[in-house]
Amino acid sequence: MAISLTINGASHTVDVEPETPLLWVLRDTVGLTGTKYGCGIAKCGACTVLVDDRKAFSCTTKVSAVVGKDVTTIEGLSDDNSHPLQVAWIEQDVPQCGYCQSGQIMAAAALLSQRPDPSDLDIDAAMSDNICRCGTYSRIRSAIHRAAEIAKG
Amino acid sequence: MNTMEMNRRTFVVTGASAAGGLMLGFHIPTRADAAAIMDDPWMAGEGGQEVNAWLEIAPDNAVTIRVGQSEMGEGVFTALPMIVAEELQCDWSDVKAAYADTNRHVRNTVEPYMVAAGAAKETDNLYQRMATGGSGAVRRSRIFLAQAGASARERLKQAAATAWGVARADVAAENGILSAGGNSATFGEFAAAAAEIDLDTEPAIKTPEQYTLLGQSLPRLDTPLKVNGSATYGIDVRVPDMVYAAVEVSPVPGGRLVSYDFDAVKDRSGIIGAYRLGEGGIGVLPYNLEELANRVTGIQSGVAVIADSYFRALTALQLMPKEWDAGEHGNVSDESIINGALDVLANPDDPTFNPAHSVGDVRSTIAASDNTIEATYITPYLEHACMEPLNCTAHVTADRADVWVGTQNPPRALAVAAEEAELPPEQVHLHTTFLGTGFGRRLRQDEVRQATAIAKALGRPVKVVWTREETTRQGKFRPYATYHFSASMSGDGKPEAYWNRVVSHSIFNHQLPQYLNNGLDRSALEGLDQRLPYRFDNQQTDYAIRDSHLPVHWWRSVGASQNAFAVEGFIDEMAHAAGADPLEFRLSLLPEDSEFRNPLLVAAREAGWTSDLGRGEGMGIAVAEAFGTIVAQVALVTVSRRGQLRVESVDAAIDCGHIIHPRLVQDQVESQVVFGLTAALYGEIHIKNGAVVEDNFDQYLMLRINEMPQVRTHWALSGGEKWGGIGEPAVPPVAPAITNAVFAATGKRIRRLPLRNHDLTA
Repeated sequence: MAISLTINGASHTVDVEPETPLLWVLRDTVGLTGTKYGCGIAKCGACTVLVDDRKAFSCTTKVSAVVGKDVTTIEGLSDDNSHPLQVAWIEQDVPQCGYCQSGQIMAAAALLSQRPDPSDLDIDAAMSDNICRCGTYSRIRSAIHRAAEIAKG
Repeated sequence: MNTMEMNRRTFVVTGASAAGGLMLGFHIPTRADAAAIMDDPWMAGEGGQEVNAWLEIAPDNAVTIRVGQSEMGEGVFTALPMIVAEELQCDWSDVKAAYADTNRHVRNTVEPYMVAAGAAKETDNLYQRMATGGSGAVRRSRIFLAQAGASARERLKQAAATAWGVARADVAAENGILSAGGNSATFGEFAAAAAEIDLDTEPAIKTPEQYTLLGQSLPRLDTPLKVNGSATYGIDVRVPDMVYAAVEVSPVPGGRLVSYDFDAVKDRSGIIGAYRLGEGGIGVLPYNLEELANRVTGIQSGVAVIADSYFRALTALQLMPKEWDAGEHGNVSDESIINGALDVLANPDDPTFNPAHSVGDVRSTIAASDNTIEATYITPYLEHACMEPLNCTAHVTADRADVWVGTQNPPRALAVAAEEAELPPEQVHLHTTFLGTGFGRRLRQDEVRQATAIAKALGRPVKVVWTREETTRQGKFRPYATYHFSASMSGDGKPEAYWNRVVSHSIFNHQLPQYLNNGLDRSALEGLDQRLPYRFDNQQTDYAIRDSHLPVHWWRSVGASQNAFAVEGFIDEMAHAAGADPLEFRLSLLPEDSEFRNPLLVAAREAGWTSDLGRGEGMGIAVAEAFGTIVAQVALVTVSRRGQLRVESVDAAIDCGHIIHPRLVQDQVESQVVFGLTAALYGEIHIKNGAVVEDNFDQYLMLRINEMPQVRTHWALSGGEKWGGIGEPAVPPVAPAITNAVFAATGKRIRRLPLRNHDLTA
């Protein structure tokens, strides 16, 4: 059936079953492959996106649940790597393999929108849904602090 | 007999569009046109002049350097171009990186200048080494990459010298500019002429003291692509007219799909077909690039469902009735496997033991002693848990196959695809993507064989994606291993004899039995035989293979990953029994000239080593060698009264000889500490009724940011001729450093991993 979505500020009409996870609609139907599949059960965070500025696991979010809401993916953060999180991530060379980093950055974006100056404990609480098999955790932590600084200007 | 069942209506419609023609290998870069690396790393830029196979130079002086290793996080897209650029003496800001072309590698032997320089054999393929493993990206590519840069630089200088009527020795090449007297030109201006030049002698490459670029922690070239979702991993590949396949194979390795009922799901939306996979389990590869007869690329019996979207394919696959025959292994459990090994281990006269190393006479020394200790250590099967679930995209036509995959061994993947497509390797194009980690798992090619087989039957491009559950259950596992140690000491605590028996599942026996040596698996004995760091007057190691039906494979740091846990744990036990400080005890067992001394001393010094912390807090020390690099670690842990373990810090001292990019090495060490810590705390694959029990991250647990210790890397570099690998060697010491620290904190000796199974309550 035809479903209307708003993704990164643009309207899309997709013809999928309403129970289809948002993840696969983003990746296969809309073609936004920056959002990653990791587990399918909301246990790794690779699929993290924002729905109305709050963190959501797109692998367990039915597409029907985001109708009328604003979905933001990694591709929607900026056109030119200028978002404070992207600037900080580049400055600190956070990614290794990079596969989990879209999810890490989106989880961090949700954190900073709630807590513009997070403590280490805030970061632990907000970011422990996200697995990084390369173990870039200490750089993720420092890059979030740096992004908070950049955002303050 | 492989069969494709089709949904006729869908097939007719899509079949017609497929006949309209495909643009193969054509994938429009989306947003990184100006970046140093394309989104799709197999695509190089356009318009450059190739000077040699490794590099091309564009009129604007942009230098595209080809990378023959796979980028899975370790940084080869930065480190390897740096090695070429160091010699080429171009401007680093002009450097772009792209994968070397696997098809060219297969079709061509190495260029003559490389042989003339002594950096290759005539029979080597064009890019010499394209498998990424064994921590070899830098140490095994460095010389020929440097030669490629140096030989290109001298040709550029000669081209300019000829044009300007001066001697080559009078031409300078710096930062992409050639100059002599009043003449000056860019590398780009002379690239075409340089490509035609033959030199009488090839230039020597630099020695480490001459490095100017190498040694700097330059920004990674791939980072900008990895913060906006544009880096293309295998799972992200999209080609025109592509469809999707979900697969499920026998949950019991070696079992068989008896039947499936495609009719039950074929009328669901978007369903295209079902395909029976891999009768018989293990396939043999007749065409073999690396002269390794192997049994590693076969696929298990199972079925694929193909649809116009992955979710539709997966849903139909899960709903489709299937009947499995577990075969002869349906009663196997992890317990039965380990118990079988322990039975062998308990009998030193078991005929399956082979001597791996022997000095003096351990049996009579131990038998005559009244001061002996013994212990048994056990390590479980582990899965790699690559962050990116396995996947592969393939398209097969009558005269060409294209495969897109994040693989650690592109030539092997190409060979597997060629075999499955029934095409000569020359007609197969293997496009290596970024890898969402590899850890050794992606040296196997089972996903490539599946995708190629399905694509050939289907006649259109197909992307095969495994679920996380399928990825875990169909792992190629780090073997289990069991160890028995016995030792005797004199009255004053001086060790007299050390006897280690090992029973494990052998990777070599599983896939390369011709490389067993008198029943010994060299990788299973890493650090145990004559490679044991410590010296005893009487010392013996015996090894027995006891395999199960699980497929096993290289797992980051391979044999050392588990052997160091056992050895360094038992050495700690000996130190305790002798009433000695664990560091001092280790030093007393090392020869004066041992390379293990300095890393131990550096780690201890930097960590503020003490074996005397308060209750509930402890330091543990361990050292191991892997892939030519020695790493010593000191872990600091706290254990609460309720038994809650926290690893506070790990100080790692590394001797890999030389470093070309300090930050990449630090990141690798940190990555390996996390990898080793994850395994030590949580890692365990259970087997029940012949099948793997764990399937997703709710059961197979991973370390998370709230558990991350402070990791500090310290240099203990010996320089000289030593060039050690850095992709794996910090994994082995992690588990024993932690378990030894747990002993210091609690008095509890951990002899079986993972730690989560142990009660550490005070």
